[in-house]
Amino acid sequence: MNSSQNSEVILEVRNVSFGYDEREIISNINLELRDNELVSLLGVSGSGKSTLFNIIAGLLKPDVGKVIYRGEDITGKSGIISYSFQKDLLLPYMTIEENVALPLFIKKQKKSNALVKANEMLKEFKLDAYAKKYPKELSGGMRQRIALIRTHLFSKDVSLLDEPFSALDAITKDEMHDWYMNMRRKYNTSTIFITHDVDEAILLSDRIYILGDGGIKTEIKIETSVRDNSFKLTKEFLDYKKSVIGCLESGNT
Amino acid sequence: MKNKRDSIYPIGFGILFLLIWQMLCSLQVIPSYLMPSPMQIVRALTGDFSLLMYHLLYTLLESMLGLTVGVMLGLLFALLMDRFSKLYKTFYPIIIISQTIPTIAIAPLLVLWFGYDLLPKIILIVLVTFFPITIGVLEGFKSTDKDEINLLKSMGASEFDIYKFIKLPSSMGKFFAALRISASYSVVGGVISEWLGGFRGLGVYMTRVRKAYAFDKMFAVIIIISILSLLLLKAVDLLQKISMPWEEKHEKSN
Repeated sequence: MNSSQNSEVILEVRNVSFGYDEREIISNINLELRDNELVSLLGVSGSGKSTLFNIIAGLLKPDVGKVIYRGEDITGKSGIISYSFQKDLLLPYMTIEENVALPLFIKKQKKSNALVKANEMLKEFKLDAYAKKYPKELSGGMRQRIALIRTHLFSKDVSLLDEPFSALDAITKDEMHDWYMNMRRKYNTSTIFITHDVDEAILLSDRIYILGDGGIKTEIKIETSVRDNSFKLTKEFLDYKKSVIGCLESGNT
Repeated sequence: MKNKRDSIYPIGFGILFLLIWQMLCSLQVIPSYLMPSPMQIVRALTGDFSLLMYHLLYTLLESMLGLTVGVMLGLLFALLMDRFSKLYKTFYPIIIISQTIPTIAIAPLLVLWFGYDLLPKIILIVLVTFFPITIGVLEGFKSTDKDEINLLKSMGASEFDIYKFIKLPSSMGKFFAALRISASYSVVGGVISEWLGGFRGLGVYMTRVRKAYAFDKMFAVIIIISILSLLLLKAVDLLQKISMPWEEKHEKSN
């Protein structure tokens, strides 16, 4: 995944600022996402991470600045970048296959076609046994997998993930990390990832942007040949952790 | 199973109550011109059964027509007031205040304006049934999860998609709760409007037997009205089970 350093920039946030009323939430943010890269946004609560996601997804329009996707200005346009929220947001009144097919329903695809595609996707991840079930019948980890598959069915190109694993227990979380890394390898999806969890950020990311005071304070590159849970046990990992925590804390003083 | 066992208590009490009532009447503790015995009521029910059914059908027709129009109007109002905030600001307070006007007070007016036929009765039922639906469904719309709406918007959903995939289905529980209220109102509204004039219906029958001081028949018709309301409520429950299969599954999995 380190080979992605020289690959093409597919998503770019240029000089973006946004505030409600008088209060500025993010100011002059610049970041880029390269093809097949996973980039984390790490920062304390209220550092504007979710606001930035809403801007990239086109749900909010920035006061200043632009969002560029594959050379095209998509500022304030929704329906292009896929966005997965903290909660799994599976609709309780739809079956799993319908939930996965939801983005296709919205793209006005024929219901039968959409369901076929959803089922293919579920089968690929060995979750087809759940197709006819309702979200309530699934565990938290399963529901989050379904939500991520739905995000992928919307767009395999770029994903925004807002703390997708934060509500899960530690064991499920480890499983989900492996599962998601596999999924990413399969589809070469470029991802921007919001998290509070330093370990998670180091484990999954190619680069980490550290946010504070409404802007990006530092960017840290994670270079490793191992990309699974064993990475956490190395000295390399601890060194990264020290420097990340150092950066986070320097913002609080 | 637990529910079934629990129902022994009210049923047992009901039987006991009827037995005591029957005894008090048989022993002439309560004079029969004031209060008929349960047996007399059953006799009145069976004796007048075909006549009661004749009137029942008319009341049922009224209730169903009125309820259908009331529900459709209620849904339409809720949709419009949710979609256009100016309509909400204008009409919401008016609708709330309009509910303080007692039904019985406007019923005679409706009879004067529209006569003794079906129309005034339907209008009255519509007036009493649309309100719970409007308020219930509107509340459902307003309490939808903002994140779910954002999720759909991020997928490029239109306003129509948001109603179709989120607001309408997630308000169904509230809609059925409101429909239960409206269904029982529709029967009561029908009977009240029939008291004030008409040629057919349980309310008309009730007025006639009251004038004849036929207490047993009065009780008989009250029982029929209760049964009708109960059956309507059961029908609503059934409709809800069919339309919301995900709730059913949840109960089973618990």
